Amino acid sequence: MIRYAWLVPLFPALAFPVIAFITRRLRTLSALVGIGAIAASFVLSLGILWETLTSGVTMEKPVEYALSWLALPGAKDWVLKIEAGVLVDPLSAVMLLVVTLVALLVEIYSVGYMHGDPGFSVFFGYLSLFSASMLGLVLANNFFMMFFFWELVGLCSYLLIGFYFHKPEAARASLKAFVVNRVADFGFMLGFFYLFLMFKTFNFRELAEALPHAPHMGLLAVAATLIFAGPIGKSAQFPLHVWLPDAMEGPTPVSALIHAATMVAAGVYLLARAFVLFASIPEVSLLVAYVGGFTALFAATIALTQRDIKRILAYSTMSQLGYMIMAMGVGSMTAGMFHLTTHAIFKALLFLGAGSVIHALHEQDIFRMGGLAKDMKVTTATFVLGALALAGIPPLAGFWSKDEILLAAYSNGYTGLYILGTVVAFLTSFYMFRLIFVAFFGRRRAGLHGHESPKCMTVPLIILATLTVVAGFIGAPFVPHGFSSWVYFGEPHHLEPNYFVMVTSTLVAILGIYLAWLIYGKEVISAEALAQRWRSIHTVLYNKYYIDEAYLWFFRRVVLGLAEAFHWHDRHVVDGIFDGVGDTVRWSGYRLRYLHSGSLPVYALVFFAAVVVFVLWVATPVIGGIR
Amino acid sequence: MSFPLLTAILLAPVIGIILILFIPEREQLTIKITAAVATFISLVLSIYVYVAYDQAAGGLQFLEDRSWIPALGVNYSVGVDGISLPMVLLTALVIFTGVFASWDMTHRVKEFFLFLLMLVTGVFGVFISRDLFFFYLFFEVAVIPMYLLIGIWGSTRKEYAAMKLTLYLLVGSAFALIGIIALYLYAARQLGYLTFDIQTLATVQYDIAFQKFVFFLFLIGFGVLVPIWPLHLWSPDGHVAAPTAVSMLHAGVLMKLGAYGLIRVGVFFLPEGAKFWAPLIAVLCIVNVVYGAMIAMVQRDLKFVIGYSSVSHMGYVLLGIAALNTLSLSGAVTQMFAHGIMTALFFALVGNIYHKAHTREIARFGGLAHQMPRVAAGFLIGGLASLGLPGLHNFVAEFLIFLGAFTREQGLFGGLLTYRTLAILAILGIVITATYVLRVVQRTFFGPRKEAWDHLEDARGVEMVPIVVLCATLILFGLFPSLMGDLIYSGVAPLVAKIEAAGTVGGIF
Amino acid sequence: MITLNHYLMLGGVLFVIGLFGALAKKNAIAVLMGIELMLNAVNINLAAFNRFLNPDKVVGLVFAIFVIVVAAVEVAVGLAIVINLYRQRLNTSVDEADWLKW
Repeated sequence: MIRYAWLVPLFPALAFPVIAFITRRLRTLSALVGIGAIAASFVLSLGILWETLTSGVTMEKPVEYALSWLALPGAKDWVLKIEAGVLVDPLSAVMLLVVTLVALLVEIYSVGYMHGDPGFSVFFGYLSLFSASMLGLVLANNFFMMFFFWELVGLCSYLLIGFYFHKPEAARASLKAFVVNRVADFGFMLGFFYLFLMFKTFNFRELAEALPHAPHMGLLAVAATLIFAGPIGKSAQFPLHVWLPDAMEGPTPVSALIHAATMVAAGVYLLARAFVLFASIPEVSLLVAYVGGFTALFAATIALTQRDIKRILAYSTMSQLGYMIMAMGVGSMTAGMFHLTTHAIFKALLFLGAGSVIHALHEQDIFRMGGLAKDMKVTTATFVLGALALAGIPPLAGFWSKDEILLAAYSNGYTGLYILGTVVAFLTSFYMFRLIFVAFFGRRRAGLHGHESPKCMTVPLIILATLTVVAGFIGAPFVPHGFSSWVYFGEPHHLEPNYFVMVTSTLVAILGIYLAWLIYGKEVISAEALAQRWRSIHTVLYNKYYIDEAYLWFFRRVVLGLAEAFHWHDRHVVDGIFDGVGDTVRWSGYRLRYLHSGSLPVYALVFFAAVVVFVLWVATPVIGGIR
Repeated sequence: MSFPLLTAILLAPVIGIILILFIPEREQLTIKITAAVATFISLVLSIYVYVAYDQAAGGLQFLEDRSWIPALGVNYSVGVDGISLPMVLLTALVIFTGVFASWDMTHRVKEFFLFLLMLVTGVFGVFISRDLFFFYLFFEVAVIPMYLLIGIWGSTRKEYAAMKLTLYLLVGSAFALIGIIALYLYAARQLGYLTFDIQTLATVQYDIAFQKFVFFLFLIGFGVLVPIWPLHLWSPDGHVAAPTAVSMLHAGVLMKLGAYGLIRVGVFFLPEGAKFWAPLIAVLCIVNVVYGAMIAMVQRDLKFVIGYSSVSHMGYVLLGIAALNTLSLSGAVTQMFAHGIMTALFFALVGNIYHKAHTREIARFGGLAHQMPRVAAGFLIGGLASLGLPGLHNFVAEFLIFLGAFTREQGLFGGLLTYRTLAILAILGIVITATYVLRVVQRTFFGPRKEAWDHLEDARGVEMVPIVVLCATLILFGLFPSLMGDLIYSGVAPLVAKIEAAGTVGGIF
Repeated sequence: MITLNHYLMLGGVLFVIGLFGALAKKNAIAVLMGIELMLNAVNINLAAFNRFLNPDKVVGLVFAIFVIVVAAVEVAVGLAIVINLYRQRLNTSVDEADWLKW
């Protein structure tokens, strides 16, 4: 199976042109092609994971094979060798399965969600293209290929955010997402350029081997920091997080697949892939950990005040990604990847559940919903299950993985980050249950009545909900040969279960739910009164710390101002100089034309006088001048 | 002697010209078909030559050599190598699609296609010439029809733009001519006989002071055409004024003549001179990249955006030339090809929109993707190519240029600035590019449907030829860059060998 | 005794008269006649120099004949222009023939 790993991205990659050029008008067939392709990839991924775990392929002994994509001799002593390669180890095998699973369920779900949309076929085409790029990214065996697919998933994200391109907000959001990610990719590209400069290769394994012999540690730190810019953008970490909430303008299945489960996790995956690089430079690791931790807290605080159901989930995604990045920073790749896996499942579930609600109500403001539990039983049940998992209630998936991260921070001596993580766990359960109590229970605020979604939408929800319950056990601390013996860095380390951490995190989660119930469920504490009491903080949080405004100001005033100045300079200074040369010639012509009086005798006189002068000048040396 | 393929490529448009001369003006369709067939023959032959070229052997192939003016050492001698062959293919693709892009032309059709074919004959001639005399001759042949094509069939200040363009280019070619004559005479003294042959001239050892001076002449002469800042202003004005097919050829191919001349004549003959002036080129090219991209951001006319984007993108080519190593020069040649295709695609699409909407003002558009989904898709692909998205050819080019410049260890201004710093600034350029390209896409094609544009029809029939052919080229070479990379390397390798063999010369800064 | 100086003086006088005619006359035909006079003054000089300085060779005479031929051609062209001028303007005044002015 592993030998055919290259087929995994190829199936959806072929589905894209088939849908775009052949089955575009045949809507059902398009969906079938897309789903069929990703299903084939899913089956293959299952086989690959099975074979990886059973045939002794480990992190130290991966399977790698490659074709030459471009090879150019660079200078005397090195060759630029760019490979299109496949690297299969437990890390990529797990990731493949996560991506194909979520993609498959989302595509099935989309048949119901996108039903009747004029861009139905195109949507499946884009989803296929995205799946192909994402799977290619997962399998990449070198930085170049990673970057290649990294950009392509960015493109798909752009296309899918702007899927409803007739909405100006969607068009703006897609632009914003692409440009912000471009800024991040600028850093990423420079980072692996520096690595190439030192080691003359892009290949992950060759880099890992050469890393201890790095000629210059400072340069290595620069490279690692720059590469970290990539995850900051792609995984929406502070300060490049601004695109993710706006990305919710895309169709909800897209938010589930791309902006919650897979693409945004690519940054975390990159950190895992290049873990050896970050692990070898403690300073950069520290930076990674603090950026992640800060984003986790930062995003969670914003989520407290938002009203849009998808935006709340988006900030929650940012916050959870912050957790993962923090896990990478504190040195536990296992915990980060484990949380990535479980988060992909329950966050996809939450988004699809939100999609089901939006599909029924055509409304995204949670304060205009209410009492949905009566109308949409399956959706409500699965959504609550997902929210419990996100809040970290045992024994759901989110509990185990979040616990692993907190434990890693705690036992690796990052007490500050551990406390921060616990606070975020409290905030998470609070804002999630605020959402649930407001939207699904309580009174119908705007009189909107929901209805349960069709089978093709609820079945994926049920599957994901089931997985949310069971998936955590693959990495639970009491399970031998679990997740931590598959995906690890260095030695497979099995952290001893720490009941203090477990109990604390569960307690704060329950506290958060209780508080949310008090305020929004039972309404014994008035939310309005609280907002009034802490008005300035509420305003700042509701406006997302005004970071978007700051960026907008920077772009409008500084960038565009500079551009206008350059334009003026070009048109008036540069062009002025060159046109000025032309004008000078023309002007002198206008003046000199008066010499041409048109009078023949004058011409003849000048001519003759010139001859006389010339003859005298020439003859003077001979005849000795005029005496 | 085998069939003279290169001459056939050159003569196909000439025969087209002769045939068109005998077709009456009112038979417009016949004229267009004749032009299309003539360019199609060139295209097919170019593809054949491209495929048949022996990459392993490298060097000049498909040589033809005939004495022309023996007394002055002028030979009609043609041949292609790894640098010129992609350019020939580019020219063939752009003119072929250009003919289809001007299919809806109705005003003085006969003359239009005559001049268009004349222009392209000149361009083909430059790329296949192995003789400096013919090189220059064809160079001029390419410049002159441009004046008429813009002056008669143009729009938006066409007389001004045509005059400006012609004056800039002629001043530039005057500098180049001085340089060529200087080389010719210097070589004649060294060799003892007169020759214009490029290979022979390249074997001559020119002394350093001479190289510095003559390279400067070439830098201005060909730099105008590239266009290098601050000699770039003819290009946005010219692009905007020119009719669609001419814009395509102009931005797609004519600008490459400058870069090609700089590589072929400048760097190849005068490696020490190139080393001396490289820092200046490197600094100016960053101005091109960043300044051009910034200006493109605030343009209101679609064509001006693309015009300035060309200025910005050709900056990458200059950076590739300035860094003077294998990767960067390969990247520069790749970029010449990729940018040519990409910008031709852009102009074809803008021409299509302009022809139907009679305006190019971005602010008046919006939501055009509703009425013209195919045009929007093509524009998006062009835009993505221009911002260097992987999977499209421009990415390969830009990546090679950046990496080449990045790995060059040399300081400028006494170590104050390095090529690496410049490469970083250039990479910053792709961020700006992404911003302006996608802003244009957003403001032109996205947004709510505007009823004012409901009468616009999407591209179809022959209008699809440029979109399909050019997009397919970008994607093909973007996914499989080694189809062109190895060929270009075979052309660049001797150049780099020459640069490395040349003595060390301190840069101007 | 007529010496070279006399010939040169005749040539000089003739030349100055011709020059005056060419510069001062308004009628184009008179201007042409002035030019003819100047040319003939040169011819006299050429012939005289030939006779007095180098009588064995005929170089000066050959030159003189050349001048005569060129003068004839020049008059033919000149008169053609004058006739055209006359057809256009119905006079031959050089003062009014100023169309080439700026």
